[in-house]
Amino acid sequence: MVELIINGKNYGVDMDPSANLLWVIREHLKLVGTKYGCGEGVCGACTILLDGEASRSCQLTLGDASGKSITTIEGIPQSHPIKEAWISEQVPQCGYCQPGQIMEAVALLSKNSRPSHDEIVQAMDDILCRCGTYPRILRAIKKAAGTGGSR
Amino acid sequence: MNRPMERREFLKVSVSGAGLVVAVSFFGGSSIAVSSGVEEKAGNAGKPWVPNAWIRITPDNVVTVLMNKSEMGQGTWTGLAMVVAEELESDWKDIRVEASPVRDEYKDPVFGMQITGGSTGVRHMYDPMRRAGATAREMLIQAAASEWNVPSGECRADKGRVIHEKTGKRLTYGELCVKVSQVSAPQDVPLKPRDKFRLIGKSMPRLDIPDKVEGKGVFGTDIFVPDMLYSAMERPPAYGARLLSFDQQAAEKIAGVQKVVTIPDGVAVVANSIEAAWKGRSALKAVWDAGSLPNFDDAALERILSEHMEKKGIVAKNVGDVEDALKKAVHRMKAVYLIPYVAHAPMEPQNCTADVRKDACEIWCPTQFQTAVLQVAIKETSLPAEKIVIHTTHLGGGFGGRAEVKVVEEAVRISKAVGKPVKHIWSREEDFRNDFYRPGSLHRMEAGLDWEGRLVAWQHKVVVSPIMERILPWMVKDGIEPTAVDGIWDMEYSPPNLSVEYVRLGLPIPVGFWRSVGNSSNPFAVESFVDELAHAAEKDPLEFRLNMLRENPRAAGVLKKVAEAGDWGKPLPAGSGRGIAQRFCFGSFAAQLAEVSVDMQTGVIKIRRMVAAIDPGQVVNPDSVVAQIEGATIMGLSTALKERVSFGKGGVATSNFSDYPILTMAEVPEIEVHIITNNEKMGGVGEPGVPPVVPAVANAVFAATGIRLRSLPLSPNMLKKALANTENSTGA
Repeated sequence: MVELIINGKNYGVDMDPSANLLWVIREHLKLVGTKYGCGEGVCGACTILLDGEASRSCQLTLGDASGKSITTIEGIPQSHPIKEAWISEQVPQCGYCQPGQIMEAVALLSKNSRPSHDEIVQAMDDILCRCGTYPRILRAIKKAAGTGGSR
Repeated sequence: MNRPMERREFLKVSVSGAGLVVAVSFFGGSSIAVSSGVEEKAGNAGKPWVPNAWIRITPDNVVTVLMNKSEMGQGTWTGLAMVVAEELESDWKDIRVEASPVRDEYKDPVFGMQITGGSTGVRHMYDPMRRAGATAREMLIQAAASEWNVPSGECRADKGRVIHEKTGKRLTYGELCVKVSQVSAPQDVPLKPRDKFRLIGKSMPRLDIPDKVEGKGVFGTDIFVPDMLYSAMERPPAYGARLLSFDQQAAEKIAGVQKVVTIPDGVAVVANSIEAAWKGRSALKAVWDAGSLPNFDDAALERILSEHMEKKGIVAKNVGDVEDALKKAVHRMKAVYLIPYVAHAPMEPQNCTADVRKDACEIWCPTQFQTAVLQVAIKETSLPAEKIVIHTTHLGGGFGGRAEVKVVEEAVRISKAVGKPVKHIWSREEDFRNDFYRPGSLHRMEAGLDWEGRLVAWQHKVVVSPIMERILPWMVKDGIEPTAVDGIWDMEYSPPNLSVEYVRLGLPIPVGFWRSVGNSSNPFAVESFVDELAHAAEKDPLEFRLNMLRENPRAAGVLKKVAEAGDWGKPLPAGSGRGIAQRFCFGSFAAQLAEVSVDMQTGVIKIRRMVAAIDPGQVVNPDSVVAQIEGATIMGLSTALKERVSFGKGGVATSNFSDYPILTMAEVPEIEVHIITNNEKMGGVGEPGVPPVVPAVANAVFAATGIRLRSLPLSPNMLKKALANTENSTGA
């Protein structure tokens, strides 16, 4: 039994600690907001916060997360400035990569409340979006940080 | 320890006439995209009123619009909901959207199939959705008038209510639900005049966005069905490879593996988790022979393309006398352009959940082509259509790739073989290797200019694999595959002498629709070559084009727009340049201006700025148009700079985003979108932004460096070499 703390709630997971954390979160615990995109930590669709650090859950095992605090998209309140900015800037298209984008953006703002343009790009550059929502992601983060946004 | 999710998550199973319907709902009942039909899903809201296949109104005043078009981020659901709400005079806050079932009445009225493609979602459904909304509105007015015993002409509908001005009486649509069910549908209802529109033409927030921001939008991978298992397929690694052996017992020994089944095209491992299914597949240690093209690789592909260029093709278009015009031309130019295979790479890999039973079949999938899903299910299960229920989920990217149903075919076969529902998700590697790519192509062109530098002849030969031949064969007439010559045979510049020859490339590499299809690749050759001709004629590339577009004011209009907004003609520092291109397709005119700078040492191309213009005639939701053009621009830039599927050992070598990089945020420039609206027929929006992107960039690179790059992706290495050569020759 591995103990997980996800979005402030305790879960006991009766699985081998070598199980892949992404699939545990998604398919076993059914917190499906966290997405599978590449399985090699390149696309960022599976991004969660592990003790506050943006982490690619597809590159972690259940054991890696034991006793640590996990935050997923479901644990970010609707009133979070990032989520509000995502709606006001009408960011998502297909939406599949957006939970990962949002988690990375939340992690960025938690460490740097007023990131510069370059700091945002640097933090977000390894999360892929095939629909091409990057300009709106950038705008939404600036808006949430109070440094920009157009609407 | 309790799993707190268990209390909030529930699975509701009900049996409908069409078979087993499973509604999956998370987070305390937030409804999801899978639908069981317009007449169902009343839930706690009371008995619904259903005026037609598209609308359901419940006593709580909620208006649900059923969508036969798939939502993949292009905003069609919101656009069509706006159209219904406009005519229905609904309060926008009462509007909900839901995927329709797969049935005849939901077929696209033009295509006669249930399909989302060709940038047709809003334009094909605009009239039917308007009529659906207007008919319901008239019926509600009728119901209220008879309730109040007043002439219906004295009543009007406004924001979800019917109002009788004289008496001040009003009833909400919800309150009229019961009464209105006795009203019969009128014929020939009046539609609102355009100047009375309060929604159409205004930017409305997309209805699917809030759920997507919360992580609640339900995609194909998010489906759960009771007793569901997971499956993984071992497939041929090379084209035409035959299975020699595999270790079934080794796979079965993997914890969680339930069954190993042989199905056409490979071996499937079925397990109680996706990880176990994938481990089981590895444990099969399947051995395949070398296949039908054992030495096929990137070099072989280029060789095959070149060999085909020497073969005789089919004449797709012959206007005037090209040979003669070329002979008489004052200036003749030749060029060869090479375009690689590219992948769809949607962020959600292909997947399908299928539950095949003896007497019924149920399928959940993120598909663009429901009719093909149904056909494949009928073929594989031998069940009649009415025993097959298909649910369309949100699509995590489509781009044409989700018009393919190979993943559905596999899921249905596997579920049938094991007698259990299976969730079948392709790994990213499988998604890259089993894609139906945008075909690579080789173009050989020769053109002639007269003494005034005007284009008088264009001879074009293209080698490419056909797409329609397999998917919609009736679109191939006289052997001419339209996607092979789109953007060539109908180029906007209408040269007085034009010949277009198509050589069919019969390789086993599967090819399919990729966002704007032939229009996504051919304009790289055409619009780059036009630029070459402009320079040969010593004319400004914009002026050169505008001179040929005098009879085509809308094509000229988008070009002028990007030129004006993009500072065409204004000086730039050395190593920087601007390029333009345009294309009319899917009913819309689009142009792009690219501003680039090139590092003269490394050849690295930096996109500084993109200015796009689209003239789609009428627009329903302007911000959705802007978003689509932004996305199309970025996808186009990605193919301009990065994308190329690689082949090796007789099959696909590309495996994941690590060897198939796509554009990232750091590479995305400022993108400016201009929409030109008018009273012309409504055009498409999802695709037309793509075609002019790549040639605009290539033309900008030429403007910046004097180097003409004629193959994709535009490679820093090639540019660096060419720059070094220019330097040497200048030095000498």
